[in-house]
Amino acid sequence: MADTIIKMEDLAFSYPAEEGNVPLAALNGVSLSIERGSFVAVLGHNGSGKSTLAKHMNAVLLPLGGKVWVDGMDTCDENLLLEVRRRVGMVFQNPDNQIVANVVEEDVAFGPENLGIPTEEIRQRVDAALQAVGMEEFVLQAPHHLSGGQKQRIAIAGIIAMEPACIVLDESTAMLDPSGRREVLDTVRRLNREKGITIVLITHHMDEAALADRIVVMDGGRAVMDGAPKEILTRMAELRAIGLDVPHTVELLYGLREDGFDVPVDALSVEDCADAIVAALAPRA
Amino acid sequence: MLKDITLGQFFPGTSLAHRLDPRTKILLTVVYIVALFCAESFVSYGLMVALLITGVKVSGVAPKALVKGLKPVLFIICFTAILNLFYTPGEILVQFWVLKITKEGIFTAFFMALRISMLIMGTFLLTYTTSPISLTDGLEALLGPLKKVKVPVHELSMMMSIALRFIPTLIEETDKIMSAQKARGADFESGSLLDRAKALVPILVPLFISAFRRADELAVAMECRCYHGGQGRTKLHVLRYQPRDYVVMGAYAAVLAAVLVLARFGL
Repeated sequence: MADTIIKMEDLAFSYPAEEGNVPLAALNGVSLSIERGSFVAVLGHNGSGKSTLAKHMNAVLLPLGGKVWVDGMDTCDENLLLEVRRRVGMVFQNPDNQIVANVVEEDVAFGPENLGIPTEEIRQRVDAALQAVGMEEFVLQAPHHLSGGQKQRIAIAGIIAMEPACIVLDESTAMLDPSGRREVLDTVRRLNREKGITIVLITHHMDEAALADRIVVMDGGRAVMDGAPKEILTRMAELRAIGLDVPHTVELLYGLREDGFDVPVDALSVEDCADAIVAALAPRA
Repeated sequence: MLKDITLGQFFPGTSLAHRLDPRTKILLTVVYIVALFCAESFVSYGLMVALLITGVKVSGVAPKALVKGLKPVLFIICFTAILNLFYTPGEILVQFWVLKITKEGIFTAFFMALRISMLIMGTFLLTYTTSPISLTDGLEALLGPLKKVKVPVHELSMMMSIALRFIPTLIEETDKIMSAQKARGADFESGSLLDRAKALVPILVPLFISAFRRADELAVAMECRCYHGGQGRTKLHVLRYQPRDYVVMGAYAAVLAAVLVLARFGL
């Protein structure tokens, strides 16, 4: 069995109910193992429990039922809280609400400062982290002068400076414009490939999820599908049934197939899709 | 329009005044204020003015910017000067009706106005040459000993720096809310003072709600980055006194001593 960084077993959670209401279960027995160094996307529509799931990965929320282990440590053990959080960093949705300092380098240094790292090493980590996200020229800038994508990269740098094994992005691209989204996604993909950092990407965008090695689809507090993108994203009927959009490419290929063209349905990217169509049309011409 | 507000009023630079340790600058400002209140004669005031001018020259801050800083308090300066002018007992120079101007009154009024304006210019010199971050760092370090008597020094300085960090964000948000309310027909510019104050309510309510939401999210984000109070925390920038700090502190101490001695001799 491969090395797991996060392991969840029969995880259940519900938010405290407002008076007179029955508490609504956000998670209903999720069991999930995330391998070290992998890139996993958690896909689901609003209210599917995907964000709640993410918050269990570094003990922001504690399970009401079941267990969560991060690198073998039980997240319920309060003495291990800091250890858990330095291994799994979290990037949130709103870039403005997670930047602490008004100079970029001070913000990136915030995590290591909290960990009590010696001053000289903090300096090295800050420079290395900013380089890793390609923001080294902004060291002394004020964060509010940066674009959304740049702010999110600073937030990622702040996490990298703690040298975590895993980064969880909790809808971190939802508030960004297309170019900002691309910046952030390119950054996390590179970190995953070059530094071997495990990435858990929480999203409701199909095309973002398609970048991962593995997709977990959440619905009604359960993990309903789990597999490689090509396998998951081509299960059109099931995805539609739980209110998720299918990538346009897959939809197009499906339509062509129904009309009798011999095309594969798992060409996810626009380029692959175009190639597949050209290949299917070639014999007719 | 709200973007024009500058808070913290920091002019970046590399002068000696900028490079001094923030603790030195805070201490010097305190010494300067004490000396200002001890000065009582032309000689000692002359000394203080010379000190201020040297400070301004060294910092490279435009004197215009300092004078501009006086504008908001101009009324208070004039008011104190006028009160002192008429209500100081002593040798009467001019008298009409119940108002009398005394010789002592003229001196006190003059010194009072000078003292307040110099006080303000001196403290502006501190904020003009010190970034808000190093200012809070300096304060935290200087107030450090108070931790022993359970004053939450680290928490206070953290609060201060977060407040400074969020000022631009909240200003931007206010701008957005104002535009949104204007688009729905809100009118902030006309009507009586009371009307205009009432018009602010639809801005303040959403602003407060969003500020609380932000605070909540920020707290979670800080915890996720292992924040657990000031204990065992290290710093990216550690404050260290340099030789230049000692030299400048020595110079200020000498001036303070001179003013005290002069005051002793009634000069």
